[in-house]
Amino acid sequence: MRDSTKMIILSALAVVFCSLYLFHDLNGSFDYALPRRAIKVLAMVLTGVAIAYSTVIFQTITHNRILTPSIMGLDSLYLLLQTVVIFFLGSSHITIVNRHVNFILSVSTMIVFALILYRLLFKRGGQPIYFLLLVGIIVGTFFESISTFLQVLIDPNEFLKVQDKMFASFNNVSGELVWWALGIVILTFLVGWKSFNDLDVLSLGRDTAINLGVSYDQVVKLMLVISAVLISVSTALVGPITFFGLIVANLSYQFFKSYKHKILIAGASVMSIIALVGGQWVVERIFTFSTTLSVIINFIGGVYFIYLLLKESRSS
Amino acid sequence: MIQVRELSKFYGKKAVVEKVNVNIHRGKITSFIGPNGAGKSTLLSMVSRLIDADTGEVLVDNDHVQKMKSNEFSKRVSILKQSNFMNVRLTIRELVSFGRFPYSRGKLNAEDIRIIEQAMDYMGLMEMQNDYMDELSGGQRQRAFIAMTIAQDTDYVLLDEPLNNLDMKHSVQIMKILRRLVDELGKTVVIVLHDINFASVYSDRIVALKNGRVVRDGPTEEIINSDALKEIYDMDIPIKKMNNCNICVYFNS
Repeated sequence: MRDSTKMIILSALAVVFCSLYLFHDLNGSFDYALPRRAIKVLAMVLTGVAIAYSTVIFQTITHNRILTPSIMGLDSLYLLLQTVVIFFLGSSHITIVNRHVNFILSVSTMIVFALILYRLLFKRGGQPIYFLLLVGIIVGTFFESISTFLQVLIDPNEFLKVQDKMFASFNNVSGELVWWALGIVILTFLVGWKSFNDLDVLSLGRDTAINLGVSYDQVVKLMLVISAVLISVSTALVGPITFFGLIVANLSYQFFKSYKHKILIAGASVMSIIALVGGQWVVERIFTFSTTLSVIINFIGGVYFIYLLLKESRSS
Repeated sequence: MIQVRELSKFYGKKAVVEKVNVNIHRGKITSFIGPNGAGKSTLLSMVSRLIDADTGEVLVDNDHVQKMKSNEFSKRVSILKQSNFMNVRLTIRELVSFGRFPYSRGKLNAEDIRIIEQAMDYMGLMEMQNDYMDELSGGQRQRAFIAMTIAQDTDYVLLDEPLNNLDMKHSVQIMKILRRLVDELGKTVVIVLHDINFASVYSDRIVALKNGRVVRDGPTEEIINSDALKEIYDMDIPIKKMNNCNICVYFNS
């Protein structure tokens, strides 16, 4: 099967799931239900694309296919931020109640943190990526520990508010924020587009990439910033949900057998749309909210990886 | 000509390459030889801007490497390192096509495709152009990478130990190809070699390094003699003339 055929099939599947989610059991409620569903679908599409895009570029610049950008500790920072605000200011404070304020605060904190981290590490020179990963893990664990510590001390009613923030949810996304997020995601594509071809070369390794005239450090920095922005936006929009980037990125490598990042990113994005929208539909209509989306995605992802392992061991 | 001026590299306080001055002449094969840890690969990496020099400068045809745009540089000088790690599964043809990246930025035109096919033809890879790189033998892999540098079409081709892990037949094959690149296509080849006899038989000039410094630099005949080799390797190496080649018999010295 050619790549374009595969892409058409996947896109068709994505469209089917989106329309299923939008129109199934609508009962003519065009004014009330449809716009609300549309916002949810848009939120899922955006998060899916953001996660897929950031994971693929992150794996290329780290030359590692089992990492996700969450290793930089941004999700932990998000949780810490929410916990600290609720702990010190209370859950009725404007930064928690007003979702716009919360969104701006979260996104800017995460991006500023990432930029400071990059700045410090790239100033040292050498090859900072592995050091970055190491610092990311340590800082992330540190943030998590402080969050846990505060969550133990916090008033139980307030803890429920914190808990709300701990899991990704598409059920009460603000319509306006989705548009903001859409703008930011489109911006990252506009900025990154020209470098997608450079990324193809980057997968040949640093030395070959430099030999072929890629400004290695510049591309790596740009991609790190882009993935930090994407993770921040998707986390602030629906909560920590980077777990499935690993699955869709690897599915895309498997399915498309291509080195071209335009194809890989598009493929991974469409797959995450299918996973999120399709999964959410199954959760809402078939399981009537008795399970969560992450359970389903992890289940299917796990089964797929076992299948891959079995296939690999048979062929070798 | 590539001019290396006072080039140094320090790791901590230890100088790996110290105040090296070398001229690399056009249209010749220049071999870098020397014991392990002499700084040959580091020097080559600095010349090809893979690592930054701490002091000194490199000029390619009188242009400063540090001031040149990366993309411009990659049209004039190519470098092939000894280990070529890849994160993706590519066919030979796809890999060789990457050699055109400095010109095409990923969009190949008819001219690019002609050069790619020429390069594969030159390296005898046409029949297996759709084979995957991870299914090839060491010699075939090395040839595919050299085909990529040929497709890159640079005046200067730098190679870091291209004979590593190759058997005699493939080593000779690669060296003959490099010779042809110089004699037929007018390229300038710089090569890091461990086997001194390959350097003796195939190169025009030899630069010998030891402890980060150049100890000898000159035409091959001047370096391949027992005195010079004693200075470079601390070994008494007799030299025998066979079939017009100077062969260093170092195995039992």
